[in-house]
Amino acid sequence: MKKRHRNLLLIAVVVVALGAIAALVLNAFRSNLVFFFTPTQVVKGEAPRERTFRVGGLVEKGSLSREADGVTAHFRVTDTAQTIPVTYKGLLPDLFKEGKGVVAEGRLSGNGEFVADQVLAKHDENYMPPEAASALEQAQKAQKTLVSPEGKQ
Amino acid sequence: MIPELGNFALIVALLMALTQSILPLAGAARNIPSWMSVARPAARAQSLFVAIAFACLAYSFLSNDFSVINVTQHSYSRLPAVYRFTATWGSHEGSLLLWTLILGLWTFAVTLFSRHLPDDMVARVIGVMGLVSCGLLLFMLLTSNPFLRMPMAPDGSDLNPLLQDPGMVIHPPILYMGYVGFSVAFAFALAALISGKLDASWARWSRPWTTAAWSFLTLGIMMGSWWAYYELGWGGWWFWDPTENASLMPWLVGTALIHSLAVTEKRGSFKAWTVLLAIAAFSLSLLGTFLVRSGVLSSVHSFASDPARGLFILAFLAVVIGGSLLLFAFRANQVGLGGRFALVSRESFLMANNILLLTACGSVLLGTLYPLFIDALGLGKISVGPPYFNSVFVPLVLPLLFLVGVGPLARWKQASVPDLVSRLKWGFAASVVVALLLPFTMGAWKPMVAVGYLSALWIVVGVAINVQSRLRSGAGWSANFYGMNLAHLGVAVTVIGITMVSAYESERNVRMNVGDTITLQGYTFRFNGVKHIDGPNYTAERGALEVTRNGNPVTTLYPEKRTYLASGMPFSDSAINYGFTRDLYTALGEPLDGGAWSVRLFHKPFVVWIWIGAVLMALGGVLAISDRRYRAALRKQGRAVA
Repeated sequence: MKKRHRNLLLIAVVVVALGAIAALVLNAFRSNLVFFFTPTQVVKGEAPRERTFRVGGLVEKGSLSREADGVTAHFRVTDTAQTIPVTYKGLLPDLFKEGKGVVAEGRLSGNGEFVADQVLAKHDENYMPPEAASALEQAQKAQKTLVSPEGKQ
Repeated sequence: MIPELGNFALIVALLMALTQSILPLAGAARNIPSWMSVARPAARAQSLFVAIAFACLAYSFLSNDFSVINVTQHSYSRLPAVYRFTATWGSHEGSLLLWTLILGLWTFAVTLFSRHLPDDMVARVIGVMGLVSCGLLLFMLLTSNPFLRMPMAPDGSDLNPLLQDPGMVIHPPILYMGYVGFSVAFAFALAALISGKLDASWARWSRPWTTAAWSFLTLGIMMGSWWAYYELGWGGWWFWDPTENASLMPWLVGTALIHSLAVTEKRGSFKAWTVLLAIAAFSLSLLGTFLVRSGVLSSVHSFASDPARGLFILAFLAVVIGGSLLLFAFRANQVGLGGRFALVSRESFLMANNILLLTACGSVLLGTLYPLFIDALGLGKISVGPPYFNSVFVPLVLPLLFLVGVGPLARWKQASVPDLVSRLKWGFAASVVVALLLPFTMGAWKPMVAVGYLSALWIVVGVAINVQSRLRSGAGWSANFYGMNLAHLGVAVTVIGITMVSAYESERNVRMNVGDTITLQGYTFRFNGVKHIDGPNYTAERGALEVTRNGNPVTTLYPEKRTYLASGMPFSDSAINYGFTRDLYTALGEPLDGGAWSVRLFHKPFVVWIWIGAVLMALGGVLAISDRRYRAALRKQGRAVA
């Protein structure tokens, strides 16, 4: 093989490898993005049915109940405008509390219940998960402009 | 009085840092020896004054001076003394001070171990490090002063319970030793760019420092992973949390850098590339520190956010990264290409290593920063979770592991493929056979386990053949060579740990009444109820879980559910029985009716291998630094000067 051919081959190998890697990364990226929705958006049907997403807000006061197995929890997440029911099987984080901020990751089940496979509360008492804070903010904004909630879009 | 003294020390340190950077850099540019000779004393004085400031802050914490805002917010009169001391770096301000202190330590070390370097090089390296110190000291004094006062508060609001752990004593300092250590490699790279002397001796000077920083970073990440494992109660050893990613990115680039430096030293190639990597490693360290500390990323590591800080951080990063890249752009054409190499050679393998490591780093960067950008642009909130990182990382790491096995056996410049094949074919065949058979011993055969074993065994085979041929050739001891092989063995050990725990861990979340038993992988856990106990600054319910195997007692585990007095924060303290081939992990959930509790139980096979492997990698780094080559150069130069 001539030197020039060898260099061309080297460049071709590198280009092909980089292309394959880029395709791999971007594909994984696209299929694994987790979007965030507020309870209001979920109730409106804007959230996807077949895909994992996050929902956040406050744990509604008095909504937490446990099944007899002790580890399946039901609670409702609210952004003060709308609420959605959430089921989670597992141990809730230490800072999970009624009336406090929470973010749940999971899917919508057929009966409109959100089945969480992960529940996040934050590591500090006074800290509000940013997603939960933004859900509340959006709900408050929407209530202020209640005249035409649809017109806002 | 003491806090004021600390504040004053910071101001003096800033003046010293200015002297340490301006005079030596200008002196080196205009070749004025007396200006250059200021570098060492100014740098030492700067580190001394930062150390005084740090001591003042530590004293304020230890003496419960609740007139200092920082102490009030992060300490508590009943906090044990050791955690009052560690609370010194438990806040944004304090952790910046620790960062600056460690930068001072590295600078001090450079002033000690640079006797063999030319004066202008020393002046430039110390000058560049002084500029970094200036930036951090300014940042602290302008936006994040740890010594601010207020009227004396009755008591503090306590340190976050998660940080009240022995891990807090060592994890942050060691991790910072790694982060900040890359500043030395960065300073060497910039000094070389400024002077235009990028040669093999530059690479040889830079190498031990870079390897030292890399070893610290490896240990720091390992400790962080272990801490998260036992502290967060989730039993995971890596969460792809943005803060973990922030430490992983400089590690990946740093790993690329130590390999690329080897090429630059031995063959004179990759010079421009090596310089770029040194800049990138330190930039990512800075980015990581600031991302984590500024509150941009929400996690256990982040503290209150403040727009002024964010602005300063952005400006500082822009100056450091932009400035060094600009310098690089101006000087890169003078760097030269170095020795040529063939398509199959040690160099080409190392080039592939670098491409893979950098792509891995890029994919982590994408997954970490993209959600921040989208949020900043107001386009909504998204998150990128473990599935993305896992699906990208595994295909990138597998070829990398293959290279670890074969790369060190290839010759520099031009390697012969038939020769490599004939040396490795039996080892490869044996690895395949063993890798296919081993998963059966765990009960269930899984393809990913076979792949994991194959990668690990392949590395072991590569190391064994390499060591054997060196012994046979009669070449003597080389710390560098054995250090590399030890680190590569560490990679294999970590890979086995990751493979086993990912494939075979079992978890149970259950309700347990007093007297209930649960059996997990042959281990029977009996719940003996909880007892109320009082800690120094918390109260707790302590559960007792008796573990037996085939009727023989193994251990009793005592997980706790604590409530901290000052903050009222609940916290689950897990209890773990460590073992060479498995960990038994327990944590308490919530009290249920009738004395029952929800309990989390894990059986984690080979999980400690992950961290043992990381320790081996770091030890390999330490061994490599001890190589005679670096000291021989030192002695020779020392004699020449004397």
